[in-house]
Amino acid sequence: MSRHTLSVLVEDQPGVLARVASLFSRRGFNIESLAVGPTELPDVSRMTIVVSVEDSPLEQVTKQLNKLINVLKIVELESDQSVQREIMLVKVKADLDTRSHILETVQLFRAKVVDVAQDVVTIEATGAHDKLVALLKVLEPFGIRELVQSGMVAMGRGSRSISDRSPRSTDRTI
Amino acid sequence: MTQEITGAQSLVQSMEAAGVEVVFGIPGGAILPAYDPLMDSTKVRHILVRHEQGAGHAAEGYASATGRVGVCMATSGPGATNLVTPIADAYMDSVPMVAITGQVPSAAIGTDAFQEADIRGITMPITKHNFLVTNPDEIPTALAQAFHLASTGRPGPVLVDIAKDALQANTTFNWPENIDLPGYNPRTRPHSKQIREAAKLILSSRQPVLYVGGGVIRGNASPSLKTLAEMTGIPVVTTLMARGAFPDSHALHLGMPGMHGTVAAVGALQQADLLITLGARFDDRVTGKLSSFAPKAAIIHADIDPAEIGKNRQADIPIVGDVAEVIPELIAAIQAEFDQGVTGDYEGWWVQLNRLRDAYPLGYDFPTDGTLSPQYVIERLGKISGPDSIYAAGVGQHQMWAAQFIGYENPGTWLNSGGAGTMGYAVPAAMGAKVGRPDTTVWAIDGDGCFQMTNQELATCTINEIPIKVALINNSSLGMVRQWQTLFYNERYSNTDLQSHRFPDFVKLAEAYGAYGLQCDSQDNVDATIEKALSLNDAPVVIDFVVHRDAMVWPMVAAGTGNDEILYARSLAPEWGTDD
Repeated sequence: MSRHTLSVLVEDQPGVLARVASLFSRRGFNIESLAVGPTELPDVSRMTIVVSVEDSPLEQVTKQLNKLINVLKIVELESDQSVQREIMLVKVKADLDTRSHILETVQLFRAKVVDVAQDVVTIEATGAHDKLVALLKVLEPFGIRELVQSGMVAMGRGSRSISDRSPRSTDRTI
Repeated sequence: MTQEITGAQSLVQSMEAAGVEVVFGIPGGAILPAYDPLMDSTKVRHILVRHEQGAGHAAEGYASATGRVGVCMATSGPGATNLVTPIADAYMDSVPMVAITGQVPSAAIGTDAFQEADIRGITMPITKHNFLVTNPDEIPTALAQAFHLASTGRPGPVLVDIAKDALQANTTFNWPENIDLPGYNPRTRPHSKQIREAAKLILSSRQPVLYVGGGVIRGNASPSLKTLAEMTGIPVVTTLMARGAFPDSHALHLGMPGMHGTVAAVGALQQADLLITLGARFDDRVTGKLSSFAPKAAIIHADIDPAEIGKNRQADIPIVGDVAEVIPELIAAIQAEFDQGVTGDYEGWWVQLNRLRDAYPLGYDFPTDGTLSPQYVIERLGKISGPDSIYAAGVGQHQMWAAQFIGYENPGTWLNSGGAGTMGYAVPAAMGAKVGRPDTTVWAIDGDGCFQMTNQELATCTINEIPIKVALINNSSLGMVRQWQTLFYNERYSNTDLQSHRFPDFVKLAEAYGAYGLQCDSQDNVDATIEKALSLNDAPVVIDFVVHRDAMVWPMVAAGTGNDEILYARSLAPEWGTDD
């Protein structure tokens, strides 16, 4: 199994998220993460979907997604040719003894403290998946009170835009 | 200035603009506004069915027999959910269908209002696409898109759910000139390079088979398939969905492959060095255990749906396109090879296949106790009513026998529920087919189990003068399930005895519905009874053929086993006599 990142342009219409999510579940594919938001084009939304599958089922995922009428375009983003980011908010126990350690860790990971209370600090961190996993590992011993994390968003490197090519260019078979 | 009309009038005008001639349906609260202007339409005929499932299967039967989009209509909630089975059925078998449902008023959506069901959500995984319309101005666009989607590319069902207030509100009617679906561009024209490569592979192969699926029927590609087969001399197998795509009487036809296919057809696929797959999808009922299916074969796979290619079996030459365009281009490419002096050589292959065909023809044993053989009934029906009739089957043993023994010569004459296996399909589907092709004799070949699921549509048939004929293969059991119990469950017949030789009295039941009721329980009367039924055309006819209950469908590839393990009859494996 390997992780694949799909950028999916969809028509911004009611029900489209349900269609995509139900397709994954019906065909037996697991979504690891999903992020949806607007794009530079009006009426077009972009989903970033991370799936863990072999190559051949991935092709099936792509083809099945392409059959959804509201799906305009699918591009797989390779990790070395794209920028991939997740955002995380984590509330960590912090007393007088541990607080400075935690702040050091925050510095080290170029994260930031966004809220402080008497016994906790809330940290915001942005980065690729691995970086956030590493940060969490370091924070864990202090005691994590609460954690929330976004799905990954990703964009191809270089000057080209995903909407440059005409829609529906990803017929990967031929 | 465009005239103000109601959303309901706009819906009826949209159906008229889409060329709808018949709708099968039942009114109810939420769809009620639509039924008022429908009453005045001179173009759209509405046939009031007795159950929404009947409406859906009738729309399917109409579509499968005519090639046009079938339309069914129901109200919200239970009306709509009763359409779910036929919609799922149409999805599995790629039937062009539009289902129109009423929805509770938009302000009530989400409140668990009376007769509310999220039918758009429910049907998402079983429709090609679906719509929820709450703005009356969007009705024509939704309908235009629905008919376009249902009938183009890989056909399939599309549902349009319309809120009651949108039907009641005022709007204007604007039929869209262009279909604006940026995410929908089915590719029909095949890649010429793939076609050339396929032609070369076809002529260099020594043991090729044309593996023909239902796509050839949906794509109206039967005539060109015949040309392709005859110019090359390559053997043809037609799947359950493709019966009729190639004449059964044709010398190149090996019959149906799959779980109950002929030994020759199954053997041909298993021993082939090349499958030329046209509009078929490597369904598990055809392949048996996938890992042992056609182990030596290279695969050419032509389908209009790119997602079918490589889904179950990797293709060596994938061809995305409409078979109606793919086959003529293949013919041209092969002709070009012929012109270069390249020809195929399948002589040795035919020696093998002819041996299989001669040694293992389709056949059956007559019951020793003098009771009626179901296979004999179906065989005689095919002979007497002939290949120009339409045959719609339910699901089970009678379906398989009907696929095996009728003898199909023309596309669109065999209607059945292949992918979904929906019991109860036959009667309403035959009704829909008869409405679409009123001058054709239409038979429902049904089982006593299936018939009791949807026979209420006989009332619809009688009242609306839709004289279908029902050949009821009454073995008093859920026969196919019983067959599995015989073979795999030590003859423990748990809940498969329907006792339908006792109840109901099918002759009386037919008569109660205003149909003719005939009964036949002996071989001597089969021909005369069928002929009698053929002579009665002023009302539906039901023949209760009381048949032997232990007859089994053979050959058989048991579920989960490989095709090489096909049994010609119980405990009788064919001898392949291959060269390896």
